[in-house]
Amino acid sequence: MLDRTKAPEFREIGNISLKEPIKKQFANGLPVYVFQSPEQELVRIEWIFENTYLDGQIENPLLNSALSALLKEGTNTMSSAEIADKVDFYGAFLVPEYSFDVTSLSLYTLNRHSQVLLPLVKDILTEASIPQQELDTYLRNNKQKFQVSIQKNDYLARRKFYNLIFGKNNRYGRTPKLEDYDAITRAQLIELYQQEIVPSNCTLIVSGNVSDELLQELEQIFGVDWKGAAIDSSLNGPVLAQGSNDLVYEEKENALQSAIRLGCQTIGRTHPDYPALQFVNTLLGGFFGSRLMRNIREEKGYTYSIGSAVATLKHTGFMTIVTEVGVDVTHATLTEIEKEINLLKTTLASEEEVNLVKTYMEGSMLGSLESIFSHADKFKSVLLNGMTLAYYSYYMEQIRNMSPEKVRDLANKYLDFDAMVKVVVGKISQAESVHQAVVN
Amino acid sequence: MVSYQKFTLENGLRVLVHEDHNTAMACVNILYDVGARDESPEQTGFAHLFEHLMFGGSINIPNFDTELQKVGGENNAFTSNDITNYYITLPSSNLETALWLESDRMLSLAFSAQSLEVQRNVVSEEFKQRYLNQPYGDAWLKLRPLAYQVHPYRWATIGKELSHIEEATMEDVKAFFKLHYNPQSAIMVVSGDVHFEEVKALTQKWFGDIEAGEKYNRQLPKEPAQEEIRRETTWAEVPLDALYMAFHGPARLEEGYFAMDLLSDILSRGSSSRLYRRLVKEGQLFSEINAYVMGSIDNNLFVIEGKPSEGISLEEAERAVWAELEVIKSELVPAAELEKVKNKIESTNVFAELSILDKAMNLAFHELLGDADGINTEVSKYLSVSAEEVQQQAQAIFRPENASILMYKSKEEEAVHVG
Repeated sequence: MLDRTKAPEFREIGNISLKEPIKKQFANGLPVYVFQSPEQELVRIEWIFENTYLDGQIENPLLNSALSALLKEGTNTMSSAEIADKVDFYGAFLVPEYSFDVTSLSLYTLNRHSQVLLPLVKDILTEASIPQQELDTYLRNNKQKFQVSIQKNDYLARRKFYNLIFGKNNRYGRTPKLEDYDAITRAQLIELYQQEIVPSNCTLIVSGNVSDELLQELEQIFGVDWKGAAIDSSLNGPVLAQGSNDLVYEEKENALQSAIRLGCQTIGRTHPDYPALQFVNTLLGGFFGSRLMRNIREEKGYTYSIGSAVATLKHTGFMTIVTEVGVDVTHATLTEIEKEINLLKTTLASEEEVNLVKTYMEGSMLGSLESIFSHADKFKSVLLNGMTLAYYSYYMEQIRNMSPEKVRDLANKYLDFDAMVKVVVGKISQAESVHQAVVN
Repeated sequence: MVSYQKFTLENGLRVLVHEDHNTAMACVNILYDVGARDESPEQTGFAHLFEHLMFGGSINIPNFDTELQKVGGENNAFTSNDITNYYITLPSSNLETALWLESDRMLSLAFSAQSLEVQRNVVSEEFKQRYLNQPYGDAWLKLRPLAYQVHPYRWATIGKELSHIEEATMEDVKAFFKLHYNPQSAIMVVSGDVHFEEVKALTQKWFGDIEAGEKYNRQLPKEPAQEEIRRETTWAEVPLDALYMAFHGPARLEEGYFAMDLLSDILSRGSSSRLYRRLVKEGQLFSEINAYVMGSIDNNLFVIEGKPSEGISLEEAERAVWAELEVIKSELVPAAELEKVKNKIESTNVFAELSILDKAMNLAFHELLGDADGINTEVSKYLSVSAEEVQQQAQAIFRPENASILMYKSKEEEAVHVG
């Protein structure tokens, strides 16, 4: 008779093995990393640029995101429509992406079409014309999207949160206002394009079925005559300043839910404690079985979802706890979050819980390596911090070495509810707010 | 090409196995043949609430999630109007744990009162977060009952109203489980770093003794052909007006489905598509516009939704959409344009084969439609669609008497006009 109450035997999760790229350098100095997987029919080619800023301006991320969106909206020889037609015709995807620290252009294509598409990308990277009409359309549409976004409590809470944990005068903390869109000019974008989209500021990552012919094509097209002014290596990092830790409350009269966001700046990936802090974060709010999720969703039913994350940027790291809860339990949720953080600092977690989080994180790492593209993504993540794939061995080792004592010590070192920025957008109901300490 | 092997247990459970040894993970996907379309009109949102309860402990295992996390696995689920789909990914060495967990909750739930109480709250918060506390979040709660008058697609998976969730009782939960959660109404796909014979043996071990249960006979009312244009206008606290146009179209297995899907690609897929080019870029009439097919198993909807640019009224915006629809009705799609959307279907299909989870879900869904091999043969059905068939679909679908139009207006603008 089958005993269904007894779990099948657990088998240890084996070591992960990450694929190392082949590193090359083209004649013009462009570094190239190749992740080879010959059984694919696909290739992904990514041109990655570090964000730069125009002289005399405080770091303005809006310019970088506009540049990213407008890259493929016209060159000196092709219109926006012609570019779109060609990419779509070959069943490819040409995706510009913008993040806090980098701007990238990724081409996903079946191998057999790379030949026709690479010259198009070259055109975009060297001859983009950023037509005024396309800029106008972009600004018009983005201003509309912006108006919708600021109706969302979650979006408002996020803006306020970034302003507060990084300060408003840098790429991480500066969030757009409607009028900022009107200040963008074509001349600025062209200047930014000329200084940023150059081989000396570029890293090329090629993954999938990367044939010798493809590499030769890439070298011919991007590795010889592609030039540009060298990037000024003396560029400084952003000036960061974490703001007030008083609760910031923006009331929305008709809200059904409140968006809550708290957190602080913290260590980034290059710090030796980073994997261990990731562990503490996972246990607190980083997965479905985390304490915040179990307490605030699964026991109390206050929310559809709550989570915490520790993220790394080029120049700092930050921790954030995010949820949307019923207005009548807004204050209660803040209280519970505080309780959970303090509990981590004062009471040892059980061995069982620590082991569960270890296994979960190992499984999660294994599961994140699904295709050759995920191996390339892992590499990309550490590259930005100037690290190598050795980071992941260190990470796994640190995770395996966690203990209840280490969790407590790390929590004491890095988590401080009182020092966290706290933002609520929505409503704290009257009955609840009687006990509210600070509302501003 | 996704290769697979199939077997059926005596109790009716259908199992498909797809081996992919490029990964060290396995995926177990179980599709239950029940969705919001199977709910009673007085108890909407129940299939989805039930999905939440499936994580609230089963007869022999108090905590589903914890047991899975202990072996390095993750899981989730979704409910649609047609199906409820559960999936687990975990290191393949611990595959048996996934089968143990899934078989126990197919056998019986614990029916914990506390879980019901909490999940009613969680789902209510989900209702608020996604539908009520979001700009335009309730558009579908209005559009569905406009487009469907009889078929249960007239309500959304979250339900018609919060009260239906709040009033769910344990008796309802038990009856729903008995009716829909048994081996006969389930399809399981195991994919990834697994071996067919091992999966077969383990499936027999864990699922073999679950009773077949009674077969559920689906008898849904058929949506009658629409005979005149339907219009509704609603005002809400949103900054911009929005336009929603829904047309009836072929069901998933009906003739013309693939032509309809390509029609939506021609109109709206990618930045070279017609509506984007003509109405956003050239005409500057919309700030955004999308067209898509719902992909429902029964009577489908072809939906066009967009937000007009500042200064463009919803009436003007609607006229501009109709003008584009007239073009595609009256002129054959040029060969290159048709080839373009077919090429995209082909390449997207290759991308979908990168993920063992996507493959497992797709296999299960095609098996539900009648033949798992559809995962491999569907592309050729798209490729064989002619320009004439696309035109026929356009002519059949884009008729005013087949349209339901929701004008979602900004209250701020109403105030300006009145004042």
